[in-house]
Amino acid sequence: MSEIIFITKDGTETKVFAQGGTLMEAAKNNNISGIDGDCGGVCSCATCHVYIDELHANDVNPASDMEKDMLEFDELTTPESRLSCQIPVSEKMNGIRVRVARS
Amino acid sequence: MKEHSNFEDSFAAHRNSTGVSYMDDQNDPVKMVLGHKDVRKCAFDWKKFQSGAVPGRIVVPSEVNIRDIRQIPFEVDPPEHTAYRSLLESWFKRPLAADYEQRLEVLVETMLSNMSTKTSFDVISDFSLPLQSKALTFLLNTPIEEANTWISWGTHVFRSDETSLDSSKATVLFDYLDQKIDQAELNPKDDLYAVLLNAEFEGRKLTKEEVKGIMILTFAGGRDTIINTVTNTFAYFAENPKNLHLLAENPTNIPLAVEELIRYFSPLTQMGRVVTEDTEVCSHAVKKDTRISLCWASANRDEKVFENPNTVQLDRKNNPHVAFGFSHHKCLGATHTRQLMKILLKNMAAKKFKINILNAKEKMEALGDTQRKVGFESLVVSISK
Repeated sequence: MSEIIFITKDGTETKVFAQGGTLMEAAKNNNISGIDGDCGGVCSCATCHVYIDELHANDVNPASDMEKDMLEFDELTTPESRLSCQIPVSEKMNGIRVRVARS
Repeated sequence: MKEHSNFEDSFAAHRNSTGVSYMDDQNDPVKMVLGHKDVRKCAFDWKKFQSGAVPGRIVVPSEVNIRDIRQIPFEVDPPEHTAYRSLLESWFKRPLAADYEQRLEVLVETMLSNMSTKTSFDVISDFSLPLQSKALTFLLNTPIEEANTWISWGTHVFRSDETSLDSSKATVLFDYLDQKIDQAELNPKDDLYAVLLNAEFEGRKLTKEEVKGIMILTFAGGRDTIINTVTNTFAYFAENPKNLHLLAENPTNIPLAVEELIRYFSPLTQMGRVVTEDTEVCSHAVKKDTRISLCWASANRDEKVFENPNTVQLDRKNNPHVAFGFSHHKCLGATHTRQLMKILLKNMAAKKFKINILNAKEKMEALGDTQRKVGFESLVVSISK
């Protein structure tokens, strides 16, 4: 079980607990605003865009080429960008802070 | 031989050689961009490849000769596009609500049950078109009886059997919308017309023309695309019945299956853009005020991105398809379509349908030196348990 803190565009912080699944699923299960996950996690819709700050970058799996490709053409992409459907929840992520890209 | 559920990749040769293809379209030629990355790159670059051109010009075939009203937000560029889009997004996410899902569930289950009592039926006229029209009443939040009028218009609102563009048919839709917008102004109900007439946009109300532009897009964008997707799904499971049984055993795979079928069928072949400056696509020069198109159907078969792109793998997990478009102009109706398809697959699987194709006539699109199967003119089937 990992504690994850989602920070939405309006600055609201929501603490959720997740075991297994992906970061996108953890957000959707807890109605985190700005995480739609329309495509169900197949890396097609980019509606689960988040920022993982540098401090925690090594606590999550690295982005695949496919994920990097999808993020390449998104106006909100920064070096901290990830698609949360591509990040499996792990024990290592306990306490991670995740900023949501869209409102 | 699985001939009916086979939808060939019509673009591989051009995609793997030059990356582009050409087609004429009413003397306004189109350079079709074919590769997954190039399509996404051009879709993202709205400054060089605009949507806010003369109304109708970014559609292929061009609708310039049959309408002068702008479809909103899809024929608008940022920043205006962003403002229109944010006005509409919450309404178009209503399909995720439990009561909306429940109404779709009842509709699909009832219609499938009715079909299974028939000796035979045409999937398009007896199922897909009525289903699309009735489901659209949920999206607009209008009485379901309105669907009867829309069903009478046929599968495409701008096209008829005789011609690919039919201005008299477009006029029927435009007159209908004028009437509905006037009615909503006089007697507002809890439907999309009234919501739009009441909406605040950049400190003012939307004009009737803007409301009409949004409604035309809602009617046109989700009509033949949904009808083809539903019909093609029947053809697929007719020839791959075991995969329907597998979905019944593993319903958690249904969302993956929906994405995969939509990738494979790519119901909207392409969408155009107008070039705003002399530039290049895939190392080919393109001139200002000419047209390119983003060929979603080709991008979705790009072997650089998809393993075995011409095979339907219903449990495909990595599926960055662009069947709903890409970037700013991603399909507003995608939430509704995904929900409808999930419920359709769930119910088809639960009923363990065995679909037999009795007669099929393919629908082909002419695209320059090639053509593409997008669906069926008719698909007559029977269902046995």
